[in-house]
Amino acid sequence: MKIFVPVKRVIDYAAKIRVRPDKSGVDTNGVRMSTNPFDEIAIEEAVRLKEKGIAKEVVAITMGPKASEEVLRSSLAIGADQGVIVNTDKPLNPLSVAKLLQKLAETEKPNLIIMGKQAIDDDCNQTAQMLAGLLKWPQATFASKIEISESKDSVKVTREIDGGLETLSMKLPAIISCDLRLNEPRYAKLANIMKAKKVQLTTKTPEDLGVQLNENLKIVSVEEPAKRSGGSKVTTVDDIVASLKKHSLI
Amino acid sequence: MLGRIVKSSIQNNGGLNRIFTSSLSTNTSISVICNKRSFLNIVPDPSVGLNEDQKQIQQMALDFANDKLLPNAPKWDQEQFFPREVMKEAAQLGFGGIYVKEDVGGSALSRFDAALIFEALSSADVSTTAFISIHNMCAGLIDTYGNEEQRQKYLPDLVTMEKVASYCLTEPGSGSDAASLSTKAVRDGDHFVLNGSKAFISGGGDSEVYLVMVRTGGPGPKGISCLLVEKDTPGLSFGKKEEKLGWNSQPTRALIFEDCRVPCANLIGKEGQGFSIAMNALNGGRINIGACSLGGAQASLVAARDHVKVRKQFGQSISNFQAIQFKLADLATQLYASRLMIRSAAQMLDEKDPQAHVYIAMAKLFACDQAFKICDESLQLHGGYGYLKDYPVERYLRDTRVHRILEGSDAVMRLLTSREMLKDL
Ligand SMILES: Cc1cc2nc3c(=O)[nH]c(=O)nc-3n(C[C@H](O)[C@H](O)[C@H](O)COP(=O)(O)OP(=O)(O)OC[C@H]3O[C@@H](n4cnc5c(N)ncnc54)[C@H](O)[C@@H]3O)c2cc1C
Repeated sequence: MKIFVPVKRVIDYAAKIRVRPDKSGVDTNGVRMSTNPFDEIAIEEAVRLKEKGIAKEVVAITMGPKASEEVLRSSLAIGADQGVIVNTDKPLNPLSVAKLLQKLAETEKPNLIIMGKQAIDDDCNQTAQMLAGLLKWPQATFASKIEISESKDSVKVTREIDGGLETLSMKLPAIISCDLRLNEPRYAKLANIMKAKKVQLTTKTPEDLGVQLNENLKIVSVEEPAKRSGGSKVTTVDDIVASLKKHSLI
Repeated sequence: MLGRIVKSSIQNNGGLNRIFTSSLSTNTSISVICNKRSFLNIVPDPSVGLNEDQKQIQQMALDFANDKLLPNAPKWDQEQFFPREVMKEAAQLGFGGIYVKEDVGGSALSRFDAALIFEALSSADVSTTAFISIHNMCAGLIDTYGNEEQRQKYLPDLVTMEKVASYCLTEPGSGSDAASLSTKAVRDGDHFVLNGSKAFISGGGDSEVYLVMVRTGGPGPKGISCLLVEKDTPGLSFGKKEEKLGWNSQPTRALIFEDCRVPCANLIGKEGQGFSIAMNALNGGRINIGACSLGGAQASLVAARDHVKVRKQFGQSISNFQAIQFKLADLATQLYASRLMIRSAAQMLDEKDPQAHVYIAMAKLFACDQAFKICDESLQLHGGYGYLKDYPVERYLRDTRVHRILEGSDAVMRLLTSREMLKDL
């Protein structure tokens, strides 16, 4: 079984976010970047499936500028076997990413694609769903548990939904997007970090894959969320209750 | 990473909100996120000047420190708990034999990389990290000077920290003047018979492996040899666990040798080579201890910066006062200079520069003195709160204090430096 795991290089979750003065986006200059946390969980899950002898090969795929190779190295250090970068300096939106992944999947024929449910930079939460649509594969989003059947031709996915947990069964090949509680990613060992440096990465371009990047989505303006205004002090329990009611919180 | 953090916060604190609300408090339970943010987003940023590989190693060590050491460090300090299990976890990542060769499971990294790792780990827990650094010094010593049999016999268990090692040079009557040591080892057939004692041994009584400098020949450095002694060797006993100002998460005990028979096969290097082996190991050790001071100082400075921003007196945040602003700038500058010296000395050691030991002495002297001052001034910036155990600074202060004394005191560092300066006259 071959598993694809798309990974994205994003601003580190702990970095301080600054909006560019011209409101064209978020300032990434000199800001710490790292692997999208949801994607780390996806890599971890794929590597666990490999360690259990269920999967044979885990391919980490990233898209973007050359600097994105870092997240491939991190994925390799956790246990991915191969790294592929689709190199482009153009902005990528979910549909473009889904189309690029579609092409890669059509030629490489993975049995399973595990991906983060969203990237923490733009929080789109669209790529997995679009990719499933393009490939016409079944999808299970927000997974908190993944069980591959004995015969390795289907997968049972427990997903987190508003009402609780839902369990889906899908025929492979399929697409799974994962939630935070799926697993707890390991730390990469020093030895594996060093080994990962030596792995030859595969570089492709959107042109190689024959994909026209979709440019019909434009960012008009990026703004800081409104500053929180100070709260008010209450003196009695009744005041609290009244105040909560007023803001329709209870 | 986030997954891990969210999970542990759910387990430990019963709610996701913890991550967000705790950012408002400045006590010891500051959230992991804020800690990571602070460590790297404060001047001087410890990742400045590093390449991608080094940054990745630093980040990994920092994540481990924040998850596994930081939440427990105050408890380990107060309960004098030696965290063997967590050290094993650290070793699984490669921290048990950072510069040991790969054939026995070491990570085969440079001294420079090791300094980055110790700095990052000690930002959470100086005491535990310092012990890991001593253990690494010992593993490195066996890797460099041990024969093949000794390497294969001891290193695989040491790099996993299933067994830990202690370095035994100091004696009750021989401290700064280490070459005057008097623990005697007399050859008897295929054994050495040891009599004497070692003082202040970090890990003493708990470690499984002891690298002991003993006198096998005449007086002076040339009469000293290095012997590996296993914990359960008959004739080896231990003194009481010392009560200390800091370094409480690791035991310190005396070693007592009474007709203790150690196989000659345990001689590390050649007879008479012991002092040179001990000093070479200390060269790396001094960089490691200096790096541990850097981490403690960085963490203290971060805490001070956070405190002065929220503390209000005279109707305003005390960070508005220029005296406080300039103090912060001075501390940052001292820390930056210390870090550059330690890293540059580490690089000299990696390049096997014959002058490295002098530059290491200057770096250790400067960094350990300055780092302690930074902890002290950071405590001062906290006012009375800094004196409380609810705040982390006093722990860093207590733990970094001993770095000015051990692995060669400030006086010894000055001796080494001035001796070299006056050599040609
Ligand atoms: C917590 C702790 C852990 C330790 N762990 C270990 C360990 O694992 N292994 C080990 O071998 N040792 C260990 N030590 C011992 C440590 O290395 C020694 O304490 C140190 O070398 C100083 O020796 P001393 O205590 O005998 O002080 P002394 O040598 O007696 O020095 C006393 C004072 O005199 C100064 N001084 C000495 N000589 C001169 C001079 N020529 N000119 C000017 N000033 C001078 C010193 O700087 C110091 O301030 C540890 C010590 C401590 C406190």
